[in-house]
Amino acid sequence: MLASGRTVSSRLLRPTAWLPLRLSSERTAASSPQKELIKKHEQDELRPLYMDFQATTPMDPRVLDAMLPYQVNYYGNPHSRTHAYGWESESAMETARKQVADLIGADPREIVFTSGATESNNMAIKGVARFYKAKKRHVITTQTEHKCVLDSCRILESEGFDVTYLPVQKNGLLDLELLEASIRTDTSLVSVMTVNNEIGVKQPIKEIGQICRSKGVFFHTDAAQAVGKIPISISDWKIDLMSISGHKIYGPKGVGALYVRRRPRVRLEPIQNGGGQERGLRSGTVPTPLAVGLGAACSVAQKEMEYDHQRVSMLANRLVQKIMSEIPDVIMNGDPEQRYPGCINLSFAYVEGESLLMALKDVALSSGSACTSASLEPSYVLRAIGADEDLAHSSIRFGIGRFTTEEEVDYTAEKCIEQVCRLREMSPLWEMIQEGIDLKSIKWTQH
Amino acid sequence: MAAAARSQVMSLYRTMLRESAKFPSYNYRNYALRRVRDAFKANRNVEDPKAVERLMEEGRQTLALIQRQLKMKLSQQWKSL
Repeated sequence: MLASGRTVSSRLLRPTAWLPLRLSSERTAASSPQKELIKKHEQDELRPLYMDFQATTPMDPRVLDAMLPYQVNYYGNPHSRTHAYGWESESAMETARKQVADLIGADPREIVFTSGATESNNMAIKGVARFYKAKKRHVITTQTEHKCVLDSCRILESEGFDVTYLPVQKNGLLDLELLEASIRTDTSLVSVMTVNNEIGVKQPIKEIGQICRSKGVFFHTDAAQAVGKIPISISDWKIDLMSISGHKIYGPKGVGALYVRRRPRVRLEPIQNGGGQERGLRSGTVPTPLAVGLGAACSVAQKEMEYDHQRVSMLANRLVQKIMSEIPDVIMNGDPEQRYPGCINLSFAYVEGESLLMALKDVALSSGSACTSASLEPSYVLRAIGADEDLAHSSIRFGIGRFTTEEEVDYTAEKCIEQVCRLREMSPLWEMIQEGIDLKSIKWTQH
Repeated sequence: MAAAARSQVMSLYRTMLRESAKFPSYNYRNYALRRVRDAFKANRNVEDPKAVERLMEEGRQTLALIQRQLKMKLSQQWKSL
């Protein structure tokens, strides 16, 4: 144990770029990356590397530390007005509310705690549309939204509303002129997500907000993948409603928030009725530990945003450069500039997506979003950006986050290259391509 | 004054790295080590004693947080289901 102390301090005197710390505790890292990974496998019962940060994120230790007291000792109901248990719980909830508000530049009174971004999206879309239904019967959204937004709009259609699902361009971005042309006098709401969870594309939210404000239409954005990762200002971007998800920003699962603008006031018809908590918009006891976790996650994200963004960009470039320089016929889906770097969707031509995922069994990846991974259909987002049917089937989403290491990225890239080559070797289509045959010119015979 | 603080800073740095290395989880361990190292490196040239004290306090609180988390012995293998 003493040797470890001496080793660390002697290393500190040398100007090294990376400190390969040799500490004697048997659970800690050895020197080479290879040994690291082997040790990791031993400890973790051969669990795969986690590269699916868009599906969910591990909780930051700082968030867990903030939540625990409220799970153990300070368990009061924040709406109990008569005793100290209630008061301390309420105080924690209000602190969390302020932390969430500070991250997006809002007032704490404009934040409503919900059970997640899905509930927030439901509340925003159905709530606003139903409240203003006497005069306004039209809602606009895009084809690449999250399933909960599209499904809420479908329900509105069955209630007699008119919904326009705007197409996106090949790069995944919305055409602003098309949006402006689609807004009618009876449009109550426009809903466009900030960062797409499947292809990582970042929509021009500032311009969309400007258009909506000038036309007097409410603007809702599902910012679940963007909050805490890119700087957001609800006043600069003229956003009226925003959905926030806890478990996408290293917070707990089961909590989220909805930002509802107070000036000018946005009215909603609540979906969940009851005791009138959360300004009457979302009744039900606010889960203090979860709310505290969300607040802590937002506060940590605000502090770490620049550091994380730089690191994630560096790792993303490393991954993409490595893969694209070694194998041909790889396409990145979505605009290369207007994106969040941590979400990379690559299509590997002439390789089937599911078989590549199975081949990469020691890396946790996904092809398309988690909510649609059960179905065999190719992702509707890829279809919306005009990807070829076969390319849509061959796409993999790589998610990089705060806790990803260089070794994980290198290992993923190497494994991916190896398996893509192996699968292509086995593919008769690839053989034909090598011989120069154009696949589209083939007439497949019926048997 | 600053010289005395330097050895305290180095001592805190060593202790934080030592504790961070004890995380059983690969990702948390590497993140903690990297973040501590980068934070100390970024603030290497801070002169103002008040700022130094504030940063040291932040460091001590983070160290306490790491120690609390480690005390819970959240091993990866632990699963009751």
